[in-house]
Amino acid sequence: MNVTSGIPVERTAKPYLIGIVLAVTLTAIPFALVALGTFTRETTLLVIVAAAVIQILVHLRFFLHIDFATTPRENLIALAFACVLIFLMVGGSLWIMFDLYHRMMV
Amino acid sequence: MTASNAAMTISPQDAQKYEEKEFGFWLYLMSDAIIFALLFATYLVMVGNAAGGSTGKELFSLERAAGETALLLLSSTTFGLAAVALSSADRAKVLLWLAITFALGAGFIFLEIGEFRGMIDQGAGPDRSGFLSAFFTLVGTHGLHVSVGLSWIAVMIGQVLFKGLTVPVASRLMRLGLFWHFLDIIWVVIFSVVYLPGLL
Amino acid sequence: MDFFGRLTIDSLPFYSAIAASGAAITVLGALSVMAVITYSGAWRLVLFDWVSSIDHKKIGIMYIMVALVMLMRGFIDAAMMRSQQAIAYNNEGYLPPGHFDQVFSSHGTIMIFFMAMPFLSGLINLIMPQQIGSRDVAFPFMNAISLWLTTAGAGLVLISLVIGKFSTAGWTGYPPYSGSEFTPGVGVDYWLWAVLISGIGSTMTGINFLVTIIKCRAPGMTMFRLPLFTWTVFVTAILMIFAFPALTVACGTLVLDRTLGMHFFTNGMGGNMMNYINLFWLWGHPEVYILILPAFGVFSEVVAVFSQKRLFGYISLVLATMAIGFLSFTVWLHHFFTMGSSAKVNSFFGTMTTIIAVPTGVKVFDWLFTMFRGRIIFKPPMLFTLGFLVTFTIGGLSGVLLALPPVDYLMHNTTFLIAHFHNVIIPGVLFGYIAGYMFWFPKAFGFKLNEKWGTWSFWCWIIGFYLAFMPLYVLGFLGMPRRMEHYEIAAWQPHLIVAALGAFIIFLGIVCMAVQLIVSIRDRKQLLDLTGDPWNGRSLEWATSSPAAPYNFAVLPQVQGVDAWWDMKARGVAYQRPDKYEDITLPKNTFIAAVIGGAGFVFGFAMIWYVWWLAILCLAVIFVSIVIRASDDDSDYVMPASEVKAIEDERFAQLAKAPRNEMADDPGYAGEPVAEASS
Repeated sequence: MNVTSGIPVERTAKPYLIGIVLAVTLTAIPFALVALGTFTRETTLLVIVAAAVIQILVHLRFFLHIDFATTPRENLIALAFACVLIFLMVGGSLWIMFDLYHRMMV
Repeated sequence: MTASNAAMTISPQDAQKYEEKEFGFWLYLMSDAIIFALLFATYLVMVGNAAGGSTGKELFSLERAAGETALLLLSSTTFGLAAVALSSADRAKVLLWLAITFALGAGFIFLEIGEFRGMIDQGAGPDRSGFLSAFFTLVGTHGLHVSVGLSWIAVMIGQVLFKGLTVPVASRLMRLGLFWHFLDIIWVVIFSVVYLPGLL
Repeated sequence: MDFFGRLTIDSLPFYSAIAASGAAITVLGALSVMAVITYSGAWRLVLFDWVSSIDHKKIGIMYIMVALVMLMRGFIDAAMMRSQQAIAYNNEGYLPPGHFDQVFSSHGTIMIFFMAMPFLSGLINLIMPQQIGSRDVAFPFMNAISLWLTTAGAGLVLISLVIGKFSTAGWTGYPPYSGSEFTPGVGVDYWLWAVLISGIGSTMTGINFLVTIIKCRAPGMTMFRLPLFTWTVFVTAILMIFAFPALTVACGTLVLDRTLGMHFFTNGMGGNMMNYINLFWLWGHPEVYILILPAFGVFSEVVAVFSQKRLFGYISLVLATMAIGFLSFTVWLHHFFTMGSSAKVNSFFGTMTTIIAVPTGVKVFDWLFTMFRGRIIFKPPMLFTLGFLVTFTIGGLSGVLLALPPVDYLMHNTTFLIAHFHNVIIPGVLFGYIAGYMFWFPKAFGFKLNEKWGTWSFWCWIIGFYLAFMPLYVLGFLGMPRRMEHYEIAAWQPHLIVAALGAFIIFLGIVCMAVQLIVSIRDRKQLLDLTGDPWNGRSLEWATSSPAAPYNFAVLPQVQGVDAWWDMKARGVAYQRPDKYEDITLPKNTFIAAVIGGAGFVFGFAMIWYVWWLAILCLAVIFVSIVIRASDDDSDYVMPASEVKAIEDERFAQLAKAPRNEMADDPGYAGEPVAEASS
């Protein structure tokens, strides 16, 4: 059966079980840090961001089954392009808006 | 490949057609990702604009956010188990896991509506300040997507019941899966950008 | 609950003669169309062959019809502005400020969203699938939804002439002016919902075109054998998918402010008005490249065919197109240089803006080199191309000037800016679409357009353009701001009078196009395109009959090089008759897409007028329609091989009657295709 036809391959529960264990861990850590207030604000924010990025990769890999072997190339390129654009659009917007805030108090 | 998969053998032209649908849906998700990204950017620009009203620290609840996260994350897993049941053409299991996913998703929406209600009752509705407008719109747009997903799950339960696990039904289920997992990813960003930093 | 929301009898336009006449023309226009259809007994045809069709060629034609109707409405707006400004020196003119503001707002909104977007969607729909050797786009049903949602948006703009008023906030709708505190009432809401609803259609169109190009190409049609028009469509589609979300967020949040009292952009309560401008132009800049890239694609096709020479610099044209596409996401702040950003930010975006001019320059040189040593045939599409090459360059230069923030501080929001963007949009976008319309008309309808009237139309357009817009550059230097309803500086008036004259000559150009159409329909038997290839074309759309059969190609072509059709002619395999035909699967007609579009229109109307029960009902209709369609596993029908054979036999019979090469009689004809090195 064709993995790209939208019709499922022989799927086992394994990736989903691995995925949820990893996701729960990566969720529990930042939640716990916020609840306990162990580290400084900056450190906690860093951990939150890092955990989120890793958890997104976990979701992409174990729930969406995205990998370099089986995912069609055009899907990967579309995802990469979206990431680049998000970086430009969000990064650019934040740069502009915070620059305006500092300069114009807007 | 088991005998039960025989119902899902497809011609090359049909395989091509379903590939196109899956790629097209993936592109829609990419455009949706941009919408959410810009809502996040708007939120970050406006997070400090409480206009003398309540801030996130006062309004958010770590427990409720954890509860919502647990429900949604679990529902992603149960949907995955529905996909596994689909690949072994187990109709009863597909219906079971879809129903459980629906229940978990509905639980998420129930918690979220409760959260919004509570904030509005306190005078901290979306019309109170720019910060709250951004919060309600970002989280509310996600909630709206989840609600659409729930109605899609309901429709698919109906289709599985009345048509069985045919190839078109399977293709639609896979696209629904893409949608559902995508929404879970957005939620990860929501709790990482909105709730957790807000409560620090 | 108010059954009619905020609709009252005062919403009807009896408060002014001009408004009443605008309403009357709109209503009469709609009624006369219905009368003509009734009188010719054509309702069956209109409904069952066109409205319910999901064939990309028919959808394309319907899109272009919407565009041409809206071109007339948008032009009337332009004529009103030009005549007002020509006379309103030291007097109020005939157009009061509130009305003038609606006119400039609807002019921009119509031209961008409801003339240019449908025009490009129409041309692409008609031609691109044929260029890649496909039978249809990837998602024919969604294609129809896009058409009807766009039409719904256009309908909202048209009905604003009859019920209520239109926005006075410009085509960009900046808050806080466009917020409910400063502009309550329905105008801005009309604008918002028209833009949002058609924007959903455009996003879907982008997805459709991209999947089609990536997945539906004929065997042998690799990406680097695609015709240039298809390459520009490819990049345009990417821009549509990734830029329209920004517009959805900008306009969606403004709707929330206006309708639910939120504070995204209010002056106070934590609103941030610059965020709207940032979001709007995140969309707005890629949008202008969405408009121009397909036009560049048309010019690439036309210049090669009418220079009777292979397009020069294929790879550089492709790379330039991709560069323009990517860079278009990095320049958006140049639309608001003057709104307070620091020098660091301004200079970054100014630099990127200057850089984006480079790939366009590359394209211009490629087109010039294509013409060099070609045997040029001066048919109307080529005339528009030549007019473009000269005139667009001037507009591009004024753009490079404006790209420098210090210069922009002087010129922003003056008529210099108006001159610049019309100088790139009219010779660029509009001439490109008109050239495409005249070039591909025979493919759509089976007969050519009258060339004499096309030529006159061109001369009126180009002379009219220079007269209408060059004075605006001067006026910008003289300090005249944009959107002025009246003025007190005598030195401005002569220029404005010349500009009004230019607008009148453009009007003659439009009249020539209308006459051209009427005359061509009248004389169609003499103008028949019997081969499907009236211009000795180079790409695969010329391999089909004119008009093409529902399935386009009975047998999918085997592509062996760039300029696939030229290559087939050169190798002697054009017009080959297969031994046997196969059954062909095609989508069935369905009214569901039009129902969704109609519900979208009523939904927009209901949201504007606060008729909440109606809005909910429309959402339900849309939801149910989607569920019905999504549960339909039987939406195709099979055309049996015998029927395919009958259609093809008729085509070959027609071919036998025709001169094999319709261009061979033309003076300046350069000769039969010869085999070139394939790539």
